[in-house]
Amino acid sequence: MSSSPSLNTWSDALSGFSIGWFPLGLVIVAAIPLVFIALYALTYGVYGERKISAFMQDRLGPMEVGFWGILQTLADILKLLQKEDIVPTAADKFLFVVGPGILFVGSFLAFAVLPFGPAFIGADLNVGLFYAVGIVALEVVGILAAGWGSNNKWALYGAVRSVAQIVSYEIPASIALLCAAMLAGTLSMQQITLMQAGPGGFMHWFLFTNPIAWLPFLIYFISSLAETNRAPFDIPEAESELVAGYFTEYSGMKFAVIFLAEYGSMFMVSAIISIAFLGGWTSPLPNIGGLELNTMTSGPVWGAFWIIMKGFFFIFVQMWLRWTLPRLRVDQLMYLCWKVLTPFSLIAFVLTAVWVINH
Amino acid sequence: MNQLTIAIIFYIFAAVTVLSAAFVVFSKNVIYSAFSLLFTFFGVAALYVFLSADFIAVTQVVVYVGGILVLLLFGVMFTNTIMQTELKADVLHMAPGILVTLLLIGGMLFTFYTTGSWMPGEMQLNGSVVESIGLETMSRYMLPFEMVSIVLLVALIGAAFLARYDKANKK
Repeated sequence: MSSSPSLNTWSDALSGFSIGWFPLGLVIVAAIPLVFIALYALTYGVYGERKISAFMQDRLGPMEVGFWGILQTLADILKLLQKEDIVPTAADKFLFVVGPGILFVGSFLAFAVLPFGPAFIGADLNVGLFYAVGIVALEVVGILAAGWGSNNKWALYGAVRSVAQIVSYEIPASIALLCAAMLAGTLSMQQITLMQAGPGGFMHWFLFTNPIAWLPFLIYFISSLAETNRAPFDIPEAESELVAGYFTEYSGMKFAVIFLAEYGSMFMVSAIISIAFLGGWTSPLPNIGGLELNTMTSGPVWGAFWIIMKGFFFIFVQMWLRWTLPRLRVDQLMYLCWKVLTPFSLIAFVLTAVWVINH
Repeated sequence: MNQLTIAIIFYIFAAVTVLSAAFVVFSKNVIYSAFSLLFTFFGVAALYVFLSADFIAVTQVVVYVGGILVLLLFGVMFTNTIMQTELKADVLHMAPGILVTLLLIGGMLFTFYTTGSWMPGEMQLNGSVVESIGLETMSRYMLPFEMVSIVLLVALIGAAFLARYDKANKK
């Protein structure tokens, strides 16, 4: 376990570094999550998803390019880069171009408050969790811009569905995260993580220290699937109804940016659920007597490893669900949100409050 | 970060806020106006951050971008023939407008110079703003807080009542 004096040392040192008036260190701090998203989307996101889906359907997936098709994504990227940049004649040029950008910025902004280990966080705000929940709003506007700008009925329907879904599911998701914030007594991402750190490893995580935490955990996980438009809540891009939803008209690099945004927000929600309920960058291994597994696997580098692994685990569950569950209908989706998840999240909220007061 | 960097970042955000707000007013396309509001709201949120009011900044994003702007965009998009409507963005009543503007600016500058400078708050904030806000709303400002929640609840019920599917009329 790392002590709090060494908290955020790497990012603080980086952000203090500047050449003249130009804050180069700050730019680097912002660039690190960006490079991370790109690398992870390339390897685990695209290649991993194709392989995992293939294995789940008893197929082999991409096998031709490189050993076990490992270079397939690189070939795809080359193809995407070379593609002609098509803007439909009837489209609203400005919104069509600006939409994917806003969408990506929206999913990327939340990475500012995700702690990548005890020593690195973009900004240790004391409203970190609130910020991460609220900044999703920007994504909504990006989706609307893309859907409207395409000037295509499918795209517009996809955008409107997507926005209705994200705005609705924000409510149970926020209430579920509020339960975690109540348990921690703070909204700062680093402090929430520190509250769950200890020599017992996973035994200090909110999910295991609290008898009710599994309920907000489940509610947040389900809502996060809907917020990232993943199956079984992928009706915004339901290919059997809407071709491809709000990105029907996009191709080439703009399409790649939309995909990057989706993978970015997939990791974002996975990291948030890990931080809120599963101890963020803390090691899951406990100290057993003289065998100090927890102390051995803690530290800045191990912290980055654990948070990324926890995030990847939840992304794996998201992919797993995508290939096992059928898609919900629009009315079922709204029923689940307003009549099941929201009441249960309120119950979880009250129960957690009672538990926090009496504990 | 030195003062110059902070000043440069501040002026970038100030320019984004003012220019996008001007675009909202002067644009002839209501869709562009609505999307331009996004940058205005974000610029204002950034200005709140410069005032060390990070909670208000995030609330600004949640309420205005996540709530009001999305509602506005939905309203605009679901209105028929929205793209054909030419908005009237001409300058009318030039003389009274300039007069009112000058009076407002003059009044503000007068107040600013006669009171000396910016007025610092009486209480220095220590530690987290969120905690103070939570404590104050749950203690000293309990009654206004509860009244606001009742007003919002009434608005919610009213909206649900108006939008409800009316079985008697449809059949």
